[in-house]
This record gives sequence, structure tokens and C-alpha cells, in this order.
Amino acid sequence: MATKVVMAQLSPTMEEGKLIEWKISEGDAVSQGDIVAEIETDKANMDVEAMGAGVLRKIVVQAGATVPVGTLIGIIAEPDEDIESLLSEAAAGPVAGAAEEPADAPVAPSDGPEAPTATDEPAEVAEEPASAAPSAETEPEAEGERVRASPVARKMAAEKGIELGAIAGSGPGGRIVKADIEAAIAAPAAASLATATGGTTAGAIVAEPAAEPLLRDERVEASQMRKAIARRLAESIGPVPHFYLTIEVDMERALDMRSELNARADGFKIGVNDILLKTAAEALVRHPQVNASWDEDAIQFHGRVDLGIAVAVDGGLITPVLRDADRKGLRRISLESADLIERARARKLLPEEYQGATFSLSNLGMFGIDEFTAVINPPEAAILAVGMTQEKPVVEEGELTVRRRMRVTMSCDHRVVDGAIGSAFLATFKEMLENPLAMVL
Amino acid sequence: MSERYNVVVIGAGPGGYVAAIRAAQLGLKTACVEANGYEGGLGGTCLNWGCIPAKALLESAALAQTLKSQGAEFGVRPVDVEYDMSAAVDRSRAISEKLTKGVGYLFKKNGVESVFGHGRLTAQREVVVDPTEPGGESRILDTRHVIVATGAVMKTFPGFELDGEKVIGSREALELRELPKRLVVVGAGFVGVEFADVFSAFGVDVTVVEALETLVPLEDPEIGKTLARSFKKRGMEIRTGTMVKALERDSSPMVLTVESSKGEERIETDLVLMAVGRQPVTEGLGLEEAGVQVADGFIAIDEYCRTSAETVYAVGDVAGQPMLAHKGSHEGIVAAEHIADANPHPLRYDNIPSVGYCHPEIASIGLSEPEAAEAGHDVKVGKFPLGAHGRALTAGHNEGFIKIVADAKYGEILGVHMIGHNVSELVAEAGVARMLEATLDEVAAHAHAHPSMAEAVMEAALVTLGRAIHV
Repeated sequence: MATKVVMAQLSPTMEEGKLIEWKISEGDAVSQGDIVAEIETDKANMDVEAMGAGVLRKIVVQAGATVPVGTLIGIIAEPDEDIESLLSEAAAGPVAGAAEEPADAPVAPSDGPEAPTATDEPAEVAEEPASAAPSAETEPEAEGERVRASPVARKMAAEKGIELGAIAGSGPGGRIVKADIEAAIAAPAAASLATATGGTTAGAIVAEPAAEPLLRDERVEASQMRKAIARRLAESIGPVPHFYLTIEVDMERALDMRSELNARADGFKIGVNDILLKTAAEALVRHPQVNASWDEDAIQFHGRVDLGIAVAVDGGLITPVLRDADRKGLRRISLESADLIERARARKLLPEEYQGATFSLSNLGMFGIDEFTAVINPPEAAILAVGMTQEKPVVEEGELTVRRRMRVTMSCDHRVVDGAIGSAFLATFKEMLENPLAMVL
Repeated sequence: MSERYNVVVIGAGPGGYVAAIRAAQLGLKTACVEANGYEGGLGGTCLNWGCIPAKALLESAALAQTLKSQGAEFGVRPVDVEYDMSAAVDRSRAISEKLTKGVGYLFKKNGVESVFGHGRLTAQREVVVDPTEPGGESRILDTRHVIVATGAVMKTFPGFELDGEKVIGSREALELRELPKRLVVVGAGFVGVEFADVFSAFGVDVTVVEALETLVPLEDPEIGKTLARSFKKRGMEIRTGTMVKALERDSSPMVLTVESSKGEERIETDLVLMAVGRQPVTEGLGLEEAGVQVADGFIAIDEYCRTSAETVYAVGDVAGQPMLAHKGSHEGIVAAEHIADANPHPLRYDNIPSVGYCHPEIASIGLSEPEAAEAGHDVKVGKFPLGAHGRALTAGHNEGFIKIVADAKYGEILGVHMIGHNVSELVAEAGVARMLEATLDEVAAHAHAHPSMAEAVMEAALVTLGRAIHV
């Protein structure tokens, strides 16, 4: 029974993928689970795993080519098996995105034969191997986690290219059921990307000038990531009515708190950005109208606070998501965001780790930027752009004094957030940073 | 005298007694009022004058019928067989009594207080229990919540009033120790066809009259046609698309006039059994005073079985269709859990099985073909005939089929419709599959035991998927 190797759709925004290289050659034996190729998606590089055993009979798409999602890229079969029908199908064009299983292997709900496994593959670039079957279903069995979903829900999700990991299940025990997928189709999950203005986090890199700054006339095809950034943010700035609110925050007490906590810390260091994330989360809890999305003729309020952290990576930007940020303490935020940022830079994020944020934070303070305006990541309703904390002359009760101050600019989607609401949120954000104990209330 | 309860349940049928036991399990001080009258004692209609005794008689009938028509084939040749309906009735009564006692035992075990009498609501939503015998004292039960589970009673047409002698209902039919020569059953829902089955097996000449076009008209029409074929083979007369017009009750013999597209027909008979439905018991309960609204004859409820009156719930036959014991029982649990704030889950009314225990048995759940199409599904239907099915053949009963209605896109199981040997047991798989949103693939992938009737459900799934092995 022949097994197709296909360009799978690994995220809702992915429309095409580039075949970077084949790891095996035509005629090589393949066992189920072997990595056969590496592809570049709009977010990360992924390994393609063989879904069946046999021999790589034909490479249909060569390394270096970019093809639409669903295209047949290779065929694995028995050495003497007839693959004519598949070859002519290859000539015909990309396979439809609908979930399709080999006739002798019906899908059992708990097994999910399309599930990628084996993150313990040594020295692999990407962490999550892409599914080689046409189904875009992801099941992160890697860490022993299993997404619980009904068979109907799985099929619907696979067909629509929805990541099960990004869905909250309303069935028993958090099981994802048909109704949840239907709701997700109605309000699509965000595939978060960093804003066009980029960002870094505390204790991070200052961008270094290129080693050899050659000026040259050269057309370089945009990477998948760059294409996605361009497309998504152009889509954002057009239809989303942005307006901007700026506020200056006195950072003395926040920085004092940070020093104090770090003096007691063991095994982790709390950065300014961690404090900003926590504060933003707490402010969102108190202003849920900002933790929302515009959805055609309705506003979708989100029941969770999932913060996107803008991270500059080699060649672009990505926004990993810190989930349930309001429920985590500074220690956990510090550890988790450090991990997310590190893996973001190594291009090892799982799709569900950069999708589904409800609000984003972008920090260019490390680059010496005083203040800036950021582009909202759709379908979020706002983004907070943070500038450098610096000493400034401040008038306090008629007296001139020097304080460490930080300027923050919030971009708001005027369809969801009006001036008063945005201002109230920012006021709370500032109040909490200036009086950190207020967060405890 | 007034004592404070958390919950008083009015009616101890499958809706009421289950609600009472669940409420008590959840720590609520509970009493259950039962009028213990014409329609039942503890266990209600179901245990006393409905489901249970009917199924007991159906077993007798199945034995009688199989022996009669297939005994020799099976190698058990009947000689001098005596049909003793009285003994069959005795057996069914004994089972009812056993189960009724069982409910009493469960009440004791769970601390539910049984109160015998006729319960009704007051304007203050207390429950007054009036004695059923004259000369007794009324008792007031001061309670925080009430669950009305008064059930339903037999219905009939004008001109066909039940006199218990010449025109009877299911109640009398379950104690018919002396069989008539000829019987007309009016109404071919499950109750009607079940009684037709029983009495025909015991040697009565049975005619079934049904106003709609097929027997069991609420089921898939192919099921009704299959049943009619089977009944006709046994010598029963079937008149579908036929309305009853008049009854000459006092003539000897009685003459029933019916009318169909073919015109009028006069049928001579010794007994008429009315099986035209049941009506909910909402009279004499003080519902209006208590502010409980009634709509279309039933007590109106929401998804947690709450009525329009705060603190009053209603479950079972009195609260709406389908009038099935298992629906009543599950509503009882929903109501009790809602009262106790114990994470109640509303009942899935779109997934309640409907079962007829005549032979061949009938069972269905979910959407019919036309309903599925109307709901906008891309409908795929797979029918597996039982004619050549191993287990059905070994049982000697291979009439019927398993039919699955599915959505072509995801293979979602939308409905299952069956007629055949023991299909009452097979609908549970369909129910659980639908509840878990399983698709045809899962049912087809499970290695159902061989040889079994259950296997036929798997075969039907394979037929629907276009890869049947055995057909």
C-alpha cells in the first residue's frame, strides 16, 4: 500500500511551503517514522516524517521548490508496487486538503496515525515533524500529552486546518467536541506574528551590524516567514482602524521590586519585561474589553489572557504566546518566557505556541527607542509598545527631581476598543507599575 | 403537621423514583408521594402496568410463536402444547411485584421517605397529600423544591370509551386471563403492535388498525413495512391508512366500522384494544395555583426540567415527549442534580433511543433520512439486511435490517434505524457512539464479536462506507 508524502498545512495561515532538502534518496528504504525531508513553512522549519514503510520510489518535488499546501512531494511504496495512479495524480496537481486515510488503516480516535512523534530525534533542527498524510491534524504526543477530541471534531479540525492544541474543549474533561470546532471556524484562531516594528526582551541581544556590510544589487526571494509577515501585517494595517495612546510610567518602584526579588531569587532572574507582562495580564483581567477580538459583526471576548511576546529572530520576527499570563507568578513568567524566547530564536516553536494570543507586548527599549507605535497582530484588539526606561527630569510637587521613566504606546483596534476603554486600561497598567502592590488586590 | 423537606417528588414511576433516589444520594431530605392507584404503585406505570409486565408477556409470546412456527425445525417438536395466558399473566405480575418491592428497598436504603396518597401543590408550593381511602387525614409536606412526576394515562377516542370489558386499554390488556377469539387493536405505535404480537402468538385472531400509512408510523417507513410483512405471515390482518369510525358495542358480536381510501369496512370482533396514545396527568394537582404552566397538555420545562414556577420541576411523561421511561429517569437525575447544584448536565434529547419489543424487535435513535437531509447534511445511507446474517440465522429469526444514516463529509453517525432479532440491545452502541461523536470509521474499526447481532451494526457501518464484506 503506497504512502503519499505531501506538503502539509501546518498552520491556518500556511498556503505554501518550501522543500529545503530531501534527507533520503530515491530507492532508499524507509521505515514508518523516519524523517524523509525538511520543509520551510511561514513560521519555522519542520521535518517531514514517513507515514508508512517501504522504499522512496519517487521524489515528485525537488529540493528548493516552493509548492502549495497539499501538493504530493514524494511516494513511498513497496519496491515492485504499481504507483502509476499516484504518479498521474501528481501530474494533475495538489491533493485536496480533506482528511484522507489509506483504506486499510482507519483512524482510531486515540491513536491518530497522522500524529507526529519522536521529538527525541537527535540533532534535528525543527522539533515537531510535519505530518506526511494530507491531514493537517497535530497531536503533540512528544511530551506524553494527548489532545482529547471526538472523532468528528478531529476530522473537522483536520479538514479546516485548525490546530487542536489551540482549542479549548467544552466536552467532559475538556474534551474537544464538534461544537468547539464549529465555534473556532466562526472566530478563527490568531496566528500571531510579531509586529513590523519587532522587539526583544530583557537581557537580550542588541542587534549587531552584519559582519560584512556589502551594498549590492540583488533580488533575494523572501523567506516563508517574511512573506507571511508582509501579508499579515498589510492585512492588519489596512482594515484595522488603529489609534494610539501614549503614557509615561514612573518605573522606580517596579525596578526596586525587581532588584529585591532578584536578590532573593534562586535559579532565575526576573527581567523588566517579565514585570511588564505580568502587569499587562493583570490590567487585562480588570479591563476584559481589551482582551477581545473583532469578529465580523460581533466582539469575541476571550476567557483567557494569553500574551504574545514579540521576539526578533534571525530574518524576521515571531510572537510566542505566554498562556494564562494572569494566573502565573513572576517566577513562572520569567522561566517560561525565557524558554519561549530561546526556542523562538532557534525556530523550534510548536505552532500552538505562536498562535492564539489575546494581546501582545513589544519592547524596543533595548535598542534605545524612546517610544514607538506598533501594528496590531490580528485578530487581537490591541498591542503595547514599550520604549526604553531612562532617567528623566520630573517635576514633583513643584520640585525638580530625577526619576527613571518609561514611555508606553498602546495601539487599539477602534472597532473593539474606544478611547475611554483604552485609556482606562493604560491608566491601570501605569498605576500597577507605579504601585506594584496594587496587583495583589 | 408540617415537616421541612428539601425535595418532595410527586409520583414514584421511573421519573419520580429515580429523581428521589438521586436527590437523597446528593444529601437532600427527600420524600416521594405515590397515589398507588389505578395506574401503579412504586415504580409507576412502567413497573406495574407498562414496560415490565408487557415485556414479560412478550417473552411468553416469543416462546409460543417460535415453538408453534419453528419448533420442529429447531428439533423441539411441540406436541399437545397448551397456551395458558393466565399463567403468563401471573408470571408478569410476579415480576412487577418483585421490582416494586425493589424500589421500596432502594428508597429505604437511600433514606427516601415514601408517602402514600394523592399529592398536589398549593399556592405556597407546599405539597398536600390527600388520602386515597375515605376517612384518612391529609398531610402537608413543607418543602423547598417539588418534582412533579405524575406520568400519563391511557387515552381514547369519543365513542370508544374504555369500559374494561368490551373496549379496553393497556391496563386491562396486561391482565387478560381469558382470551377473546377475535381482537382489534386500534393504533399501531409500539404499544399496539406489542399487544398484537402477544395475543396473536397465543392464538387470538388479531386485526391491527392504524390511521397513518404504515405500522409504527413514527419510525423509518421501511421498518413499518417489514413489520407488517412479518405480522401478515403470522395471519394477522393489517389495516393501515384506516380510521375507526364507529363501534356497535352492544351488538353481538360487536361491529367496528372503519374507513380507508378503499371505503368503509365492517369488522366483527369480540374485543377492542385502544392503543392510541397516552395523555399527561396534569389535572387535580394544583398546578395553576402554584403557577406551573402547562403547554400542549404537558407541563412546560426548560433544559434543567424547571417549570415556570420557581422551585417546581417536572420530569417524565407529564413533562413532554418522548414519553419513554428512560427519558423520564434521566430527567429525574437532571432535576435532582440541578436542585442540589451538583453539576447537572441537560439531557441530550436528540439522542434518546426508541424501542419496540414486538417480534421482530424495533430500535432507532437520532435522525431519519428525511430529517437529516432537511438539517442540511450531505446524507449517506447504508442498509445491512439480516437475511444472510450468521447470528440471525442461528437464532432462526433473520427478518429485518440495520440502517445507518450518516453525514458523508465526516462520517458522523446521524441516525440508526433497525428491525430484527434483539435489536433493542444494539441501539445502545449507536447511542454511545453518537454521544462521543464517533464516526462510521470507529464503529467499523472495532472488531465486534462474531457471531453476534451487534456485528450487524458494524456491517451496516461498512456498507455506509462503501466497503462491506458480507453483502
